[in-house]
Amino acid sequence: MRYFTYLAIGVFFGIVMYKSEAASWFRIYEMFQFGSFHMYGIIGSALVLGIIGVQLIKRKDVKPISGKQMSLQPKEKGVYRYLLGGIIFGLGWALAGACPGPMYVLAGAGYLPILVVIVGALLGTFIYGLLRSKLPH
Amino acid sequence: MNWIYDPWPWYVAGPLLALVMFALLMVGKKFGMSSPMRTTCSALGAGKAASFFSFDWKAERWNLMVVLGAAIGGFIAANFLSDNTVQINPEVANQLAEQYEIKSAGEAYLPPELFATEVLGDPWIIAILLVGGILVGFGARYAGGCTSGHAISGLSNLQLPSLIAVIGFFIGGLVMVNLLYPLIF
Repeated sequence: MRYFTYLAIGVFFGIVMYKSEAASWFRIYEMFQFGSFHMYGIIGSALVLGIIGVQLIKRKDVKPISGKQMSLQPKEKGVYRYLLGGIIFGLGWALAGACPGPMYVLAGAGYLPILVVIVGALLGTFIYGLLRSKLPH
Repeated sequence: MNWIYDPWPWYVAGPLLALVMFALLMVGKKFGMSSPMRTTCSALGAGKAASFFSFDWKAERWNLMVVLGAAIGGFIAANFLSDNTVQINPEVANQLAEQYEIKSAGEAYLPPELFATEVLGDPWIIAILLVGGILVGFGARYAGGCTSGHAISGLSNLQLPSLIAVIGFFIGGLVMVNLLYPLIF
């Protein structure tokens, strides 16, 4: 039953990503050219509601339905890993025109070459795991 | 019935995305779409090569269910809820056509120049897609999250590291589109 809940949330997410065109290569390119407010509006409005909701959760001490605490742990402090990792991620995001969420959505939508991107992303994840101790964090 | 196929505007999509994040928080999980890639590496046996993947991946199976759901959502939307075209700013569309010969804006959801099945026979395009994927996967784990984990979840929780990561995302994206695209395409 729990697994069905996760699956259902995923289906909803997939439909939102596809229908909002956030999974479209064109929208990502347009975003990085500052050609439209669309992507900024999506992230911005999600963020405004997200900030308000997270504050309410914290102030009212809302508990999840299953589990004991909300997963709202603070991120580890640091600069290098976030800045360098972020830049590397951004290069890939603009090159492939997809971040991880939309990759799965596009695979389901039937675009076979996105599987190459997904294999690359798994490979990149694996390479990070191998090099982790040698990288500045 | 055309409205079924129309794209959703940002003020519909953004709040629904926030809803996805809160739904995951309410079931005791969190919104982050790159973590499943670490889980997958672990499930494939990467723990033998690096301790980063030595953890109980079965405890993280929930995020693989979210991924499976996302793919099903993509299938439903592409087949029943969309005409699979994306209209972008005409100036950007013109620039894509003139500078890079990518002429499918307004006619396709993804440019066939990069995502039609035929490109699987073109080593250069394969290399572009593979390298793009590697950068996304590597960068997401190095930064500890992607667009969902940092730009939505982390910033919603007012995390400074997430702000640094998101600034990094845009530095990388702008460098790619403005400086590297002319060399690649």
